[in-house]
Amino acid sequence: MAITESQSSHATPYTVGEMQAGAPCCEPVPLLQIRNLSVAYSGQKALDGISLDIHRGCITALIGPSGCGKTSLLSSLNRMTDLLPNARVEGRILLDGVDLLAPSCDLTALRRRIGLIFQKPNPFPLSIWRNLALPLKEHGTTGKAELHEKIERALNDVGLWEEVKDRLDAPALALSGGQQQRLCIARALVLEPEILLMDEPCSALDPIAGEVVEQLIRRLQGRYTLVVVTHNLAQARRIANYAAFFWMRERVGNLIEFGACENLFAQPTHKLTAAYVNGRQG
Amino acid sequence: MRHRWRDRLLTTLLWLSIAVLLAALGWLLADLVWRGWPGLSWSFLLDAPRDAGRAGGIGSILVATGLILLVALGTALPLGLGSAIWLNEYTRAGSRAGRWTRLSLDILAGVPSIVFGLFGYAFFGLFLGLGYSILSGGLTLACMILPILIRTIEQGLAAQGDDWRQAGAALGMSRASLLWQVLLPVSAPAIATGTLLGMGRASAETAALLFTSGYVDRMPEALSDSGRALSVHIYDLAMNVSGGDAAAYSAALVLIVLIVFINGLTLGASQVWMRKRVSYGYY
Repeated sequence: MAITESQSSHATPYTVGEMQAGAPCCEPVPLLQIRNLSVAYSGQKALDGISLDIHRGCITALIGPSGCGKTSLLSSLNRMTDLLPNARVEGRILLDGVDLLAPSCDLTALRRRIGLIFQKPNPFPLSIWRNLALPLKEHGTTGKAELHEKIERALNDVGLWEEVKDRLDAPALALSGGQQQRLCIARALVLEPEILLMDEPCSALDPIAGEVVEQLIRRLQGRYTLVVVTHNLAQARRIANYAAFFWMRERVGNLIEFGACENLFAQPTHKLTAAYVNGRQG
Repeated sequence: MRHRWRDRLLTTLLWLSIAVLLAALGWLLADLVWRGWPGLSWSFLLDAPRDAGRAGGIGSILVATGLILLVALGTALPLGLGSAIWLNEYTRAGSRAGRWTRLSLDILAGVPSIVFGLFGYAFFGLFLGLGYSILSGGLTLACMILPILIRTIEQGLAAQGDDWRQAGAALGMSRASLLWQVLLPVSAPAIATGTLLGMGRASAETAALLFTSGYVDRMPEALSDSGRALSVHIYDLAMNVSGGDAAAYSAALVLIVLIVFINGLTLGASQVWMRKRVSYGYY
């Protein structure tokens, strides 16, 4: 099953890949500016004093041991922290110069611009078609032709169109794990976001399906700005342009080092970073 | 070897208990069919009762029963759905409002039906001036079945986990459309179960209806008329009418068939609704 998946993904034309060839990749333009961000749960700080720029069109990997606040950072970027009643987020996150943590921020519009992919694939218990049509309709796309065009493009982008075009009415939950995760990515892409947040997108998948998703993430680079939490250091090194290393200090997550991914792995400036990327600690 | 012996004993005991249960149920049904079947006919189902129910049929009583159940369900289902959604989706986990509401519902679910009857008589009958009527009977039953309906639906919603709620939120979907498009359809079996439990309780109810819908056995012409429910009719025939036993058995048989029929219908409807909207991978 997994092998056919990877084979067919090679045979499929990817629109993202084509676009990437023409588009400038990874401009050093900060799209998201995180300033002095802290996240606390029930008064207990999980993350403190984070300042970081996310560059347009680049892949930024967030690495570090479990519990050091990577997911907290990720979920405050599209205000998913609002769903947690005890969570408190302070600081500023500027998107186009506007603080998205401000109470006046339109959450629906924000989450359309900043999509989120979860660790465990979570397609709705609906048909493949309706999984993509539902968010589109929610955001005002109603014409049948327009729906079809956008859905086909999104499924093509994730390399799923050839695999499912004859069974769009089939249940999404009948797909394999890797296909489900790519469907979830398509479901986020169909809203044409600028930024995609990914929380360990490959770690719940088998190695082959995980590799397919990893290739997909690389192809998304340039057209989208990606922030990827990963525990897989080799993967971070393969895919990311920038990397941010987090560590726990007195039970609070801190940003230890941030920089171009290659530098962070090859010449870490901090001894904690060096120990972690070389597997001596963490 | 000792373990084998114990295993065998346990197996035997389990089989025995299920056999006793089935035997009791079988005996009850056989008795009901044996004594009730001879009195059943189309005219029994359609005619009005005569001679205090000894002769004639149960036509007007079936109509009154149907109307009472319709009022009860028509009130309880929307209220119950709304409350369950509020409890599970709109109160924060462990909040005081939610905790107290759940506690009160659990207490209310255990209150004997006669208490609901008294309340219905005082509130709907006297205070709201509805008197002995199908409306007061139905509304009283609605109060009685609401707790169990709400808790069953709420547990159905809670069983869905947070994956889809988070997915919906991350896509900028409103809670309302996520509920309508995803969460309610997958909870359809729980909604059906709650409805069934409520309907079962309501259609078997006698005590609460004696005070509220009364026991006039004429054909009801409006919801403000008094009407005799099937269970009240059975009670009356068995307890107050000498020589009414045969008719009581036939009416009881009709009640059982009615309940089985309603069960089948509700389960079927929920399946159809779920299949139309939800598609799991595994059927």
